[in-house]
Amino acid sequence: MKKYSAFSLIKESFNNHFGWEKAWKKNNLKKSYKVIIVGAGGHGLATAYYLGKNFGIRDVAVIEKGWLGGGNTGRNTTIIRSNYLQEESAAIYEKSRSLYEKLSQELNYNVMFSPRGVMMLCQTEHELRAMRRTYYANRIFGVDTEMVSPARMKEMIPIININGPRFPILGGLWQPRGGTARHDAVAWGYARAISNWGVDIIENCEVIGVNKNKNKINSVETTKGTINCEKMCFIVAGSSSILAELCGFRLPVESVALQALVSEPIKPVMHCVVMANTVHGYMSQSDKGEMVIGGGADGYNNYTQRGSFQHIEETVRALIETFPFISRLRQLRQWGGIVDMTGDRSPIISKTPIENIYVNCGWGTGGFKAIPGSGWATAELIANGEPGELAAPFSLARFKEGRMIDESVAAAVAH
Amino acid sequence: MLKFICPICEIETDETELTPGGEAHLKRMGPGSSDQNFYTYLFERKNPRGIHFERWLHSYGCGKWFHVVRCTKTMEVFGTYSAQDTKPPKKILDAIKKKLPNGKNVK
Repeated sequence: MKKYSAFSLIKESFNNHFGWEKAWKKNNLKKSYKVIIVGAGGHGLATAYYLGKNFGIRDVAVIEKGWLGGGNTGRNTTIIRSNYLQEESAAIYEKSRSLYEKLSQELNYNVMFSPRGVMMLCQTEHELRAMRRTYYANRIFGVDTEMVSPARMKEMIPIININGPRFPILGGLWQPRGGTARHDAVAWGYARAISNWGVDIIENCEVIGVNKNKNKINSVETTKGTINCEKMCFIVAGSSSILAELCGFRLPVESVALQALVSEPIKPVMHCVVMANTVHGYMSQSDKGEMVIGGGADGYNNYTQRGSFQHIEETVRALIETFPFISRLRQLRQWGGIVDMTGDRSPIISKTPIENIYVNCGWGTGGFKAIPGSGWATAELIANGEPGELAAPFSLARFKEGRMIDESVAAAVAH
Repeated sequence: MLKFICPICEIETDETELTPGGEAHLKRMGPGSSDQNFYTYLFERKNPRGIHFERWLHSYGCGKWFHVVRCTKTMEVFGTYSAQDTKPPKKILDAIKKKLPNGKNVK
């Protein structure tokens, strides 16, 4: 693998840029692998990366029904933060955020992590109290956040309207180390690193069945043939229930559509990410100048990767009060992804009823920020067969045992 | 936008006046049931990519619950029926059969 550097860039510019090699190889499927990871999105590729890096397991195939990073990894609003209320969530998201900080150097691939700060608005008295509670919890777990007054918020984000009237801004929870990253680059960077180790990334390869012997699987049937494996892990977000059904069990998740949109590009108006949880509006400005706006999820089961138009309308309508300037912007693109929601709005990184199948799912509407941490924890689970400290609280058994990690009550929305 | 005929009002309603209520025909488990059954009732869902039997509330209309049969892959609506029916009517089952002659759900 050629190292990307200023030197290689100068060298290649003399060569009219014809000397660059493909970032990752297109290999054919082998007959057997030690570990098969289903789903070449951010989480799947990160899992393969940390399996190789932390545990030396590189006899791995990452198989993907569509194309690399073509699901929710390429459809999110790229927000990275870790200001969660519950201890277990704060641990895994903070691990993830801290891994993001050095990811570009580590992968030798610019993921454009931009710690520009994340501001969560408090627009009701209840939300202000809840955020203050989150702030105290963050202090205890060592997550760097602070409460911001409306006056200081106006100073930091001059474009904001703090007076309401319907949803005035009463304060904010500021995480200065949060931010955004280039979502495709995260998938591409991991893909390049694992491909260099000889991990096979197989696209257009759908799982159509598994061959079980008692409570263990020996091979996976795909559209490109049968593959033997010692262990299998599926990390397929919205399609988790379909794969679980193939494997013979059910998951406590439901798949719904989540939408986002971007405006036409404009000059820089907002330097940080702003999240308005009460009205379900999440906004940041991309490096190209587009306002990236995420909305709330639909309430009904859906696999179409399109959502209801009125949700986009609701999001924008609510944001216009806080950001009057967006009423003059035109929408450039709008898209949807299928997210898998759990009851407590926390993910599942777990063993399953089948001995050598593992699952990573349930990230709902906030999976992008968790990619490195989730890959780290899932790799540990696959390699050791038992979850480590990060993954243990997120087991499937927590639902039966009533040990919810209740982020839905903590934030009053899925996040 | 999704449009259903509310079986109580017997008018066409659209998504903005309805509230989704999730999977229908769940067997309710209460005190005395096993932990596994209680867990299944509370959390586990079929979540199919295909025909889905579900509950909707006509919240900005008659305020009553009803059942809908909808395909989650194509958004095709096969019909609606009363919340008191424990099984979908034959007419809807026939429509599904016609669509999926081999009896397998869409994937």
